[in-house]
Amino acid sequence: MSIKKWRSMVWMAVLVLTILLTGCGGENQEPTGQEKSDSANLTGSGSSFVYPLLNQQIEEYRKNNPKISINYQSTGSGAGIKQVSEQTIDFGATDGPMTDEQLKSAKGGNLLHIPLTLGAVAVTYNLPSTPKDLKISPGVLTDIFLGKITNWNDKRIADENPGVALPDLQITVAHRSDGSGTTYIFSDYLSTISPEWREKVGKGTSLNWPAGIGGKGNSGVAGVIQQTSGSIGYLELAYAVQNNLSYAMMKNKEGKWTAPSLQTTSAAAAAATIPEDMRVSIVNAPGAEAYPIAGFAWALIYQNQTDKAKGTALVNFINWAIHDGQALSEGLHYAKLPANLVSREEGMLKTITFQGEPLLK
Amino acid sequence: MSKKRRFNTSLGDQFLRLVTFLMAFSVLVLMAWMGWQMFDAARPSIHTFGFSFITSRVWDPVKEQFGALPFIYGTLMTSLLALLLAAPIGLGVAIFLNEMAESKFRAVIGFLVEMLAAIPSVVYGLWGIFVLAPWLRETVEPGLAKWLGFIPLFQGTPVGFGMLAGGLILAMMILPTIAAISREVMASVPNMQREAALALGATKWEMIKVAVLPYAKTGIMGGIMLGLGRALGETMAVTMVIGNRPDILPSLFAPAYSMAAVIANEFTEATYDLYLSALVEIGFILFGITLVLNFLARLLVWSVARGPKGGNLV
Repeated sequence: MSIKKWRSMVWMAVLVLTILLTGCGGENQEPTGQEKSDSANLTGSGSSFVYPLLNQQIEEYRKNNPKISINYQSTGSGAGIKQVSEQTIDFGATDGPMTDEQLKSAKGGNLLHIPLTLGAVAVTYNLPSTPKDLKISPGVLTDIFLGKITNWNDKRIADENPGVALPDLQITVAHRSDGSGTTYIFSDYLSTISPEWREKVGKGTSLNWPAGIGGKGNSGVAGVIQQTSGSIGYLELAYAVQNNLSYAMMKNKEGKWTAPSLQTTSAAAAAATIPEDMRVSIVNAPGAEAYPIAGFAWALIYQNQTDKAKGTALVNFINWAIHDGQALSEGLHYAKLPANLVSREEGMLKTITFQGEPLLK
Repeated sequence: MSKKRRFNTSLGDQFLRLVTFLMAFSVLVLMAWMGWQMFDAARPSIHTFGFSFITSRVWDPVKEQFGALPFIYGTLMTSLLALLLAAPIGLGVAIFLNEMAESKFRAVIGFLVEMLAAIPSVVYGLWGIFVLAPWLRETVEPGLAKWLGFIPLFQGTPVGFGMLAGGLILAMMILPTIAAISREVMASVPNMQREAALALGATKWEMIKVAVLPYAKTGIMGGIMLGLGRALGETMAVTMVIGNRPDILPSLFAPAYSMAAVIANEFTEATYDLYLSALVEIGFILFGITLVLNFLARLLVWSVARGPKGGNLV
């Protein structure tokens, strides 16, 4: 091979390499081809709270619908909202409802909130004598988390719990340090019952906590509680049950003491007044049975679908998930959606259209 | 080798030169690009809060108030604490292994120390939650408060989760880095140096002081700086034990927060743009601090390297 040829080859190689290296910054265009067959690939992301349930539902659904493949990533509600607003995914899931402002900025038009499941937040504690079912009133709970009640032998705790020996022990408050729907529900509850909390702290997935230490994730908070005598914190009910932590009874709106359970959580959803768009907080719900610290997790779906095959697959799956799919909840410690709500949700799913034509038959 | 000759080599070598140059250059481009991207994404926050972002102590996502000072403080303090603990111990380990230990001992302990570097940080974090924090709360912190309680650093209620736990975990994590590098540098000190010192009648300690440490100091500094780099950026283990409270408190027992930890904790649920932007700005500041500290470290290494090689006996 002559040197000239060699040289031209080298330059070709350099050219190709340069193009490869610099070309990476180009725009990635998503293929938007519409599939005509029944098969569909759906992607969703968001709430980590619904992830275990949704994942099992997807597995179960695939058994009967092998052509539908659904990929759900637990990226956190915030990321789910962001991605569904930017239409980079087919559906989102969140455990705090979107604000009006967020809904307005969604690029694909009207977004529907479809409740997928219900969760409760348990107030868990670690005391040396491990009394069961400690009663903590809303006022006491607020003041503990505001850092005003700092010792377990405080008279206000003792008044609610006659006969329970409460130690002279400093209260260590534990909360989530990562942004989380659990924090949202918990702070939503405190904001509802206490004007002072609403004023000073407010509700959100992350807060400026007036007291206590933060643990990362349910496991982090559970770790702090288990390792710290005299601690109190809040956890997803499923997590508290699975780890055998003691949890407190809460006083609901009707003044009845209720322990967190799947039944009392469902009762809260059944008794709450739920508006048309389903964006509702069910904390401090009425009803003698209702557990006051509970909330929904919603799927976020555009009312106007742009792809028929995907849209059809999506509404069919969600419809299955709120009906037959609910059978999976109990084993995973999620509360079932109440029947009156499911029929309303089905009505909502029927309003989802592709070019004006409803997708759910 | 003269410069001219390097350019006259064969075409294949020229090609190799070009390719490797591109590779080296891409690292620079990547750095600059990352910095720019972060700056760009942080702009809404920089625009809104300006300089007060660095001086404000309030971090309130609900009220849209963001200040990074507690995180900067937490990162610097835990890293400093870690260095203060790990540097002398790491150096001690290296001296023992190189100069004192018998050879079979040396291999085993050296291997074990280096194993520490291979443990994933989440495992350190779990150990921190279940072993370190309770131990600190029950034993160490009450003890420190009793004997050294007149110093504000050791006052307050023992919680276990806090600045001290964060610093200790970091110290453990950077210890192997410092020890391994110091050891290797000391091993490269020519034996003639040692023999000369011993021949002059030096004790073992004098020999280390006069012949080994001065020779190895540049490398040891480098090892410590690598450790510092790891400490500044460590996320998982720190967030699991530091207590995650954005506050500046004098006590080491009190919970604190670090920059990397708040990003990891709040990024996925940052629900509005300004919030996200504030988190990115924290990342940008961390990036800047790391660069500046590394630059200072380079300067230090450089100035130490220029100093005299020999040590003073007294």
